[in-house]
Amino acid sequence: MEIKVVRKVLDVNNTMAALNRKLFTDEKVFVLNVMSSPGSGKTTMLGKTISRLMPDVRTAVIVGDVSTTNDADRLAKTGAPVVQVNTDAFGGDCHLAAHVIAKAAENFTLADVDLLIVENVGNLVCPAEFDIGEDAKVVVLSVTEGEDKPLKYPLMFRVCDAAVLNKIDLLPYLEYDKDEAVRNIVQIHPGIPVFEISARTEDGMESWVIWLKEKVKEKLKP
Amino acid sequence: MHEMGIAMQVVEIAAASIPEHLKNSRVQGVYLKIGKLSSVVPDSLRFCFDIVSKDSAIAGATLYIEEIPVTALCKSCDNHWTITGPAFSCPGCGSGKIVLISGQELDISSIEIEDDSNGEQNSANA
Repeated sequence: MEIKVVRKVLDVNNTMAALNRKLFTDEKVFVLNVMSSPGSGKTTMLGKTISRLMPDVRTAVIVGDVSTTNDADRLAKTGAPVVQVNTDAFGGDCHLAAHVIAKAAENFTLADVDLLIVENVGNLVCPAEFDIGEDAKVVVLSVTEGEDKPLKYPLMFRVCDAAVLNKIDLLPYLEYDKDEAVRNIVQIHPGIPVFEISARTEDGMESWVIWLKEKVKEKLKP
Repeated sequence: MHEMGIAMQVVEIAAASIPEHLKNSRVQGVYLKIGKLSSVVPDSLRFCFDIVSKDSAIAGATLYIEEIPVTALCKSCDNHWTITGPAFSCPGCGSGKIVLISGQELDISSIEIEDDSNGEQNSANA
């Protein structure tokens, strides 16, 4: 006999994410989930972003990696409180799940935080699937990757609220069709803002930081 | 990539869905709906499901996966269509203002339990 179930497989995660969202809203914290493939320059980009935000926007960071604390050490230099989550303790996971964020957030005094940045595990597949209770998702890709990345990972580009195209300072040395990359992003997600930046030279950083500040302000305004 | 974790959740939900009075009946099948836009590979999931379910309350159950196509509705012209390639604008009017109707599912729809009468017969025969 057939027993109707009708439940989402990720129910447990979604329930936890909803609890996170309520906690962060009550505490007036804007949560940004930053995702990318490995090596896109996400940590450098976040370091430079945080330096521009602090001290106006009080920022804290949760860094997810399968192992090592290298990224957390780099980001701690900005003065922002940083918690490193190594997913190998949770079975070498390829993404940060909502319960991991809940646990990691206990390390911060949320009343003193306006923006919580979650640097997700470098991976364009799984993190797209897992809600962590964030207010916005951003995907970072770099011009040293293929122009067709958005077409290969449509879910990621579909669920994100903004895309950052990093390492544009390298364009003169590459046979990379930047316009095609942007076209591909917009083909997957019409209307998505795309920020072309170089985290190294800080070219284009300004408009990205303004976008982020606006988002944070929108949520935190009384 | 996280099919093992998904398989564990599937087994857990399926086992918890067995009604109390049928606790001793065999679960024959678990029915899943997986949207084509979700990042789950059905073959990998079946492989993981077989491993995880082996020592569970639903041991021996078969995993049936229904793949759900990605469909969208255009907010500008009301066009409703199935997306087969990586293009998310309306083929009718070109608008990018679309709503995804399906394609992101990762749901358990039902479980199939061995019929009561058979169960009793089996235990009587045993």
